[in-house]
Amino acid sequence: MPGAPLLEMRGICKRFSGVVALDNVSLSVGHGEVVALCGENGAGKSTLMKILGGVHQPDAGEIIMDGRPVKISGVADAMRLGVAFIHQELNVLGNLDVAGNVFLGREPRNALGLIDSKKIHANAEPFVRRLGLDVSTRTRLDNLSIAQQQMVEIAKALSLNARIIIMDEPTSSLTLAETTRLLDLVCDLSKEGVSVIYISHRLAEIEQCADRVVVLRDGKNAGELGSDEATHDKVVNLMIGREIKSYYVHSEGPKTPGFFKVRNASSTLYPGEKVSFDAARGEILGFAGLVGAGRSEIARAIAGMDRCPVKKIVLDGRTISIATPRDAIEQGIYLVPENRRTEGLIVEMCVRENATLPSLRNFSRLGLISRKREREASERQVVSLRIKTPGVEACVLNLSGGNQQKVVLGKWLMMDPCVMIFDEPTRGIDVGARAEIYRLIRDLAERGAVILVISSDMEEILNISDRIAVMHEGEITGVLDRADCTEQNVMQLAVGKKIPAAQAAYNE
Amino acid sequence: MKKELGIFILLVILCAVTGFKNPLFFSKVNLLNTANLIGLFGIFSIGAGIVIITSGIDLSVGSMIALNGMLSVIALTQWHLPWPLAVLFALAVPMALGLAHGVFITKFKIQPFIVTLCGLLLYRGVARFISNDMTKGFGDANGFQTLQDWANGTVWGVPTPFVYLIIISIVMWLVLHRSVYGRYLFAVGRNEEAARFSGVNTKLVIGSAYVLAGLLTGISGILFAFYTNDVSPSTQGNFYELYGIAAAVLGGCSLRGGEGSILGVLIGTTLLLVLQNLVNLLRIPSSLNFAVMGGVVLIGVLADELIKNARRKK
Repeated sequence: MPGAPLLEMRGICKRFSGVVALDNVSLSVGHGEVVALCGENGAGKSTLMKILGGVHQPDAGEIIMDGRPVKISGVADAMRLGVAFIHQELNVLGNLDVAGNVFLGREPRNALGLIDSKKIHANAEPFVRRLGLDVSTRTRLDNLSIAQQQMVEIAKALSLNARIIIMDEPTSSLTLAETTRLLDLVCDLSKEGVSVIYISHRLAEIEQCADRVVVLRDGKNAGELGSDEATHDKVVNLMIGREIKSYYVHSEGPKTPGFFKVRNASSTLYPGEKVSFDAARGEILGFAGLVGAGRSEIARAIAGMDRCPVKKIVLDGRTISIATPRDAIEQGIYLVPENRRTEGLIVEMCVRENATLPSLRNFSRLGLISRKREREASERQVVSLRIKTPGVEACVLNLSGGNQQKVVLGKWLMMDPCVMIFDEPTRGIDVGARAEIYRLIRDLAERGAVILVISSDMEEILNISDRIAVMHEGEITGVLDRADCTEQNVMQLAVGKKIPAAQAAYNE
Repeated sequence: MKKELGIFILLVILCAVTGFKNPLFFSKVNLLNTANLIGLFGIFSIGAGIVIITSGIDLSVGSMIALNGMLSVIALTQWHLPWPLAVLFALAVPMALGLAHGVFITKFKIQPFIVTLCGLLLYRGVARFISNDMTKGFGDANGFQTLQDWANGTVWGVPTPFVYLIIISIVMWLVLHRSVYGRYLFAVGRNEEAARFSGVNTKLVIGSAYVLAGLLTGISGILFAFYTNDVSPSTQGNFYELYGIAAAVLGGCSLRGGEGSILGVLIGTTLLLVLQNLVNLLRIPSSLNFAVMGGVVLIGVLADELIKNARRKK
């Protein structure tokens, strides 16, 4: 049947123990089409994709490929039909080389039944070259960057004759340059007739690469937009289903410049480079830059997580020394780390235990904890931050990303922050909860804290910051005042270009 | 309490069955004898449990008990130290060794399994060397009778090791379940990195757990030496590290760290010793001793896992 779309999913329904995850959802993908799948967390994107990938079985609905109904009852079926899934957390084996990963489970054998080493590398070579991956097929995967490992996964998909590649948040840990390269690759693949279903929270990327945007909301189709009409605002409106003027708040509250000064901080990533900057009390200073520019490492150094020998930090006129995280905490300098689940929280512990961990001594006498006071204090945070949890004794693991992040915030808010450093504060958090996090950050600034926000999300950094410091390879290339905070300016500084709008990071 | 309920029920059933088959089980002599053993094994098992909670392991316990016992004998019968001093010495050595474990693990980042495995081999060797590989004993405890009474006597008919275990359990329960330090122990066991981000001095917490374990093992070591009265350097305390680990795991400590309780360890220890008693009383060939223990630990842990899964599904 000519002209039939490659894939059609019709009327897909799926319930999980009584909860409707998908309600009559349809999706079609043409040959060589790039379809972006958008929606807030929990909108049903991943459930839909897991059904396509054979992980879940639909309760109702049909899947049609090339005009013929198909049944996908397992991952093997999906593979045979040419559906490949590139997960956000890559499924590669770091201890195997590129060829070994591409042909994992399908290794060519020699007469003795052992792996035919010559053949496996010869077979892998063309796929690797096709993706423009400039590494030997004998390189071990753990010697590659995340972006290169991702390319290896795509090579694996192509070697399986994939016709549809599902990419789930593929750029979440890529640098800007790597993101651009990935988006180019998506275009190339589509030209070669490979279809791509692209799931992302980053609307700018979607605008750039998608032929069509399909938006899900609460397990239903919320609408579709062609590439020409898929503007940021329209997509966001479909996702949340209501008009939102602006979920970023700006403030003109009082500021005390020079309240927090960092001089000659160096990071473990770029030990040779020195970073100095001033931040005002009451302001939000954004840190933009490519992933790997050393922003998180500087944050870790300031918070005492990494050893950083030459460093002078002045807080409110006093020079302080920070050698351990405890030192930073005692000065009121708190870090909300990049990785909530491994660094920010102890997810197996309950909300109360997490919230009071850094301030535990305030709830104890003679080394013994008063659980009552602990509970009262954490309940106050649950109320004031509007953390959605069954109670303070609930395990943090079961909370949504946004509520987990609020627990991290809550534990520092118990202790009157002086300087708060947020590293990727809204990564993996849906639009609604993001707005709340932004409001909390702004409130904190208005109450007289110094706020540093590291973010790789361009929209976020442009909208939340009062000023933006842009880093490039371990150095601050320039600081932009509010009026000069444009994507163009940030990008130029991020790639290491000097521009006239850029200010010095510090005086004296 | 919920977590310990399953294993506690298992314990009650085992006691009931053994007592039913052989009423001697509930005789005063047997109960007091078992209580004495529970005291001896329970004290170091609490130490093993604490180390496991930090997601570590201590394999050196048995050898440390041998070394410590031997040092006690030498200090009292050869050096003729006043007994309080001898006790201090016999407690300081295992604490120092625990500190060394802690330093190797936190500063040099060697895995606890390796560090304490080396300890297991090393201390056994030292114990045998300093005694010329000969059994040494306290004899009739000339000059330190008080210590002997304290270590191997009774209080109102109850064996002193059991009394010590109760006191230590109460103190350690407060430390582990009610103190700031205890919360930190669980925190580093669950997620060391996150604990560090929250300002916990993780190296100090982990290192001190081994010192604490050393202290408890040291106390057990002295008590064991007086229990056996003669210390044979090549067999004293053999496999006791495994008793400690088994008791802790039976009692709900997870080798992944961050999970466990004093009550659990106590019930676990009791269960292991009731099992030994059961083997004797039910005339099961004593060669099957370890096999019975292994089987029951496996069943206990399996049941725990199944209950957990069932609860999760609900």
